[in-house]
Amino acid sequence: MTTKKMAIIATKGTLDMAYPPFILASTAAALGYDVQIFFTFYGLQLLRKDLSDVKISPLANPAMPMPVPMPVMVQMLPGMESMATMMMKQKLAKHGVASLEELRDLCLEADVKFIACQMTVDLFEFDKSEFIDNVEYGGASMFFGFAGETDICLFV
Amino acid sequence: MNFDKEFDASGMSCPLPIVKTKKALADMQPGQVLKVIATDCGSVKDMQAFADQTGNTLLSTTEEGGKYIFFMKKK
Repeated sequence: MTTKKMAIIATKGTLDMAYPPFILASTAAALGYDVQIFFTFYGLQLLRKDLSDVKISPLANPAMPMPVPMPVMVQMLPGMESMATMMMKQKLAKHGVASLEELRDLCLEADVKFIACQMTVDLFEFDKSEFIDNVEYGGASMFFGFAGETDICLFV
Repeated sequence: MNFDKEFDASGMSCPLPIVKTKKALADMQPGQVLKVIATDCGSVKDMQAFADQTGNTLLSTTEEGGKYIFFMKKK
């Protein structure tokens, strides 16, 4: 049986959208898939050593379940984003959902390959020393070398 | 049922029961049996799917007082 492959393109850097790539990648790796994640644009934030700046905002996020209905005028007040992030993290922990750090570590342990988009690093003038070490830097062509042979390819 | 190793995934949500079951199986010998305890009801279907896709054998699935008990035989 040839090894199945999965590629994910991670483009979002918010707490809620950080979960799907790491959950799917760690699960696929556990099922024996060879997995690569290509992090581009805001997805690059998920490669930082320190993930504490990865937040969730109720603003422009009408599908987010809120404990109490909250008008947009209130959501935009200072501190609301931090509060929403704190509440979401508490909820995740309460339900036994792994932290992003843990899921990312599980991916790395399972040999999921992380590729960071070099163009985005240059565009946003990111400092590579702020990213974890297990990252390879490359472009779309490099990613397609792997993605073209995958069984599953997802854009998140 | 006899087993060689136990992994308690109580309180863990998807995908941890599966990902960590895979890790628990890693240092076991072919033919050995892993007992997994989970509280995530999604793990019932996930564990079967894991077995189907990895070639390990899910010997049994039972529920006892809100806990799901799996016996997985390593390929």
